[in-house]
Amino acid sequence: MKNFLISGLLLMLASATAYAGGYRVAAQGQRALAMGHAGVGVVNSAETAFFNPSGLVYLEDKFTVSAGITGVFSNVKWQNTSTGQFAETLQDPGTPFYFHAAYKVNEWLSLGLSVSTPYGSSVEWEQDWPGSHLVNDINLAAIFIQPLASIKLSKHFSIGGGPIFVTGNVNFNRNANRTLTDEQGNRSNITIDDTGVNNTGWSASFMFTPVEELRIGFNYRSEILLNAEGGEATFANFPNSTLTPQNGTTEFDATLPLPAELTIGFAYEMNEKWLFAFDYQRAFWEVYNSLDIDFANPNVATSINPRNYKNASSYRFGAQYKATDNLTLRAGYYFDESPVQEGFFAPETPRNDGNGYTAGLSFQISEKFAVDASFLYLRFKEIDASYDSYTENGQTVPFEGTYKSNAFLPGIGVTYKL
Amino acid sequence: MKNYIKYLPFLAFGLIACEPEFEEGIEENEVYNAGEADFSNYVSLGNSLTAGYADNALYVQGQENSFPNILSGQFELVGGGEFTQPLMADNLGGLKLNGNQITNNRLVLSSNAGQPVIPPSPIAGDPQTEVTNKLSGSFNNMGVPGAKSYHLLAPGYGNVAGLPGQANPYFVRFSSSDNATVLGDALAQNPSFFSLWIGNNDILGYATSGGTGVDQTGNLDPSTYAPNDITDPNVFASVYSQLIGGLTESASGGVVYNIPNITDIPFFTTVPNNALVLDAQTAGNLTGFFQALAGIFTQGLIQQGVPAQQAQAIAGQYAITFNEGPNRFIIDVPVTQTNPLGFRQMQPEELLLLTINQGALAQGYGSVALSPEVLQVLGLLQQGGSPSPEQAQLVLSAVNGIDDEDALDAAELQNISNARTAYNSTIQGLAQANNLAFVDADGLLQNVSQGISFPGGIVTSDFVSGGGFSLDGVHLTPRGYALVANETLRAINMTYGSDLPEVNIGAYGTVTLSDNVN
Repeated sequence: MKNFLISGLLLMLASATAYAGGYRVAAQGQRALAMGHAGVGVVNSAETAFFNPSGLVYLEDKFTVSAGITGVFSNVKWQNTSTGQFAETLQDPGTPFYFHAAYKVNEWLSLGLSVSTPYGSSVEWEQDWPGSHLVNDINLAAIFIQPLASIKLSKHFSIGGGPIFVTGNVNFNRNANRTLTDEQGNRSNITIDDTGVNNTGWSASFMFTPVEELRIGFNYRSEILLNAEGGEATFANFPNSTLTPQNGTTEFDATLPLPAELTIGFAYEMNEKWLFAFDYQRAFWEVYNSLDIDFANPNVATSINPRNYKNASSYRFGAQYKATDNLTLRAGYYFDESPVQEGFFAPETPRNDGNGYTAGLSFQISEKFAVDASFLYLRFKEIDASYDSYTENGQTVPFEGTYKSNAFLPGIGVTYKL
Repeated sequence: MKNYIKYLPFLAFGLIACEPEFEEGIEENEVYNAGEADFSNYVSLGNSLTAGYADNALYVQGQENSFPNILSGQFELVGGGEFTQPLMADNLGGLKLNGNQITNNRLVLSSNAGQPVIPPSPIAGDPQTEVTNKLSGSFNNMGVPGAKSYHLLAPGYGNVAGLPGQANPYFVRFSSSDNATVLGDALAQNPSFFSLWIGNNDILGYATSGGTGVDQTGNLDPSTYAPNDITDPNVFASVYSQLIGGLTESASGGVVYNIPNITDIPFFTTVPNNALVLDAQTAGNLTGFFQALAGIFTQGLIQQGVPAQQAQAIAGQYAITFNEGPNRFIIDVPVTQTNPLGFRQMQPEELLLLTINQGALAQGYGSVALSPEVLQVLGLLQQGGSPSPEQAQLVLSAVNGIDDEDALDAAELQNISNARTAYNSTIQGLAQANNLAFVDADGLLQNVSQGISFPGGIVTSDFVSGGGFSLDGVHLTPRGYALVANETLRAINMTYGSDLPEVNIGAYGTVTLSDNVN
């Protein structure tokens, strides 16, 4: 029970407006985030457990922990100049968090644990807004718990990885269609809700260190399908009519994929002061073809919601400058390609290509203890987009408009070394 | 470090304030413009169509979807102010006067095992709108269900003491005083822009009563008119120019609407006049019956001294032929010298009302009750026998023509058409003379009857299923009112050089489903 409560609390914290492609949330380490979220070649704290587990064995300390939390302040605005309608998402700051730990067993072996929330989405539009037949609000979160091993095969080469245990939840509300109401004029709507959706995956990585100043990293995280089976679907504000679904609950099945992710990159330590990092990441979003919600009640048709995502890349650049013994400054930039294709721009994950500008610092308070801070400003270009797969009476009804969004993510964390 | 932490909440607050901004934001009034018009205080005048009346009642959801309310939402984008409406107390829609219900609740489409039940029924419930509960304040939407043109100028139209009779319960709810007029209350608000859609009821009462009222053309005193009468076109013209004169004094502009043709309204088009569908045998029986009737009547006339040739000419009109398949019904018409029996077959353009008892139609209403006794007389005639006077009378009285109140015959349609044509030329003339925006509501409803498509469907005037007309078959659905709003926006943009966007038709509902019926 206690575990359940804790897990619930953590999930609540974790849900954040997706601000990397799709519903990927890139905030798994303040030091990396400050450097454009590049980290596959960087070995500098337990954050490596997430970015490249094979690097853990290169950490010098016996035991290190990195933990942090990020506030996500995201704004999305929508307008349609052909009808004069406009809307914006409500402020509901998400707080993705991470906890990474590494323990050096011996010179050749390190063990680690990584708890993080790489996927999540929280978007809340005003109830009954013009796109309410697609989404009123959505909240999904997934916690990754991953025990890790990192093995040094030679001075130049290490491997790492481990199984991933995922627990997730989803809550999604939208109106039944564009017009149906009950006798009082309240819009008929459907909420699907499921918690404790569990599954497993894995990750594997290696790190190649040809010379001391250069580390080349590779990390692969497997696809994980979150299968919500027997979740609860609630039908509300339907009129009392045998021509419409009845109010009440029924069960539903749905699958939400967390796509596989491949990252390669390097970190180059120019001198004692300067370090540069670059990551290229490919997320295999192609798996997210359609969100199909199958209701147990045979009178309610399966809800088919084509997504047709494409695989997407991101390019991350970061720099670190050691200003003093106690103060390290970081800055970075990343370009994040959206997996959403033209005509599939659904307001539940309203994301086009984004540019992330990052900065941050670490302050070494004592020999063992450092505070890490980061800040991300994520900017999206204004975009005219539409979702063309909604149908009524067998006819396609595009949901069109102009979107403009941005996000601010201040984050704070600590690094502890023993 | 502690010193810095205390600033974090301020930092967070600052971030929330950094909202994204469109290059041209609708919310920031950067997209549209009002042109030469001033929409800051829009007042709408009219009847049920302006009030948002639908499904045979005025109720909150309908009012929220009234075309003036839809318009005001678009006006808001270019400086339009708040738009207030005299909202009913609930979504049931029935009115109470001193605790007694005086109008029915709204109609809903009920269902049985997944099949809609026609005709629609009133929704169950105890309505809470008490007419004597005076609403305070003035209202931008001055649409009064039931109002005819001259009612807008009539003092006492909002006086509770005039109920039932000269007053209107809807205006009683929000009139500023017992002697207030609708126009006076509208002008007191100093409107900067107005809409006026009036005149429909000046013919509609006559039409929906099957023409049982009087065509008052030539009578210039509207105080002598009954509810189902046609208003004299000169009275209409005089009233209309007073309305326009008053409204244009303060307003920067306005929009007026003409009167649609009743043949585009499902109340008059749903029950076809040729729904008498017969098999070959029944068709033959009916033809035989009317031949026999004509024969009997010829003999009767000759016995009364009418020359044989003339008697045959008169009686010949009753030898009506019926064919297998659909046939037009028989209607009752006034007894005249040329039509002494007072019935005939309906003409192609003549209309039946939605309210006709369709069960009775299936049982011989509109044709003949072929009882065994009648058939016996027919048999006798076929064998060359002569019927007794009683038997002859039996045949004559077996004809069961459709009553006046269930149909609009050619003469009644002509009366309606004459008045409407005159009203419309008044409206269009005054619109032009005053440089007002003009909405061809007649043309719009003609288009609806042909079907107007939009992403997600097509709006037609088919009863229940068409999406344009509410369940009373006369008033519009929210989607229908949205079409009116869009037509209005186009007219305003054209007249005033404004740039106002149209609304999304598909986002407006049609008929309401509910099995909460008695």
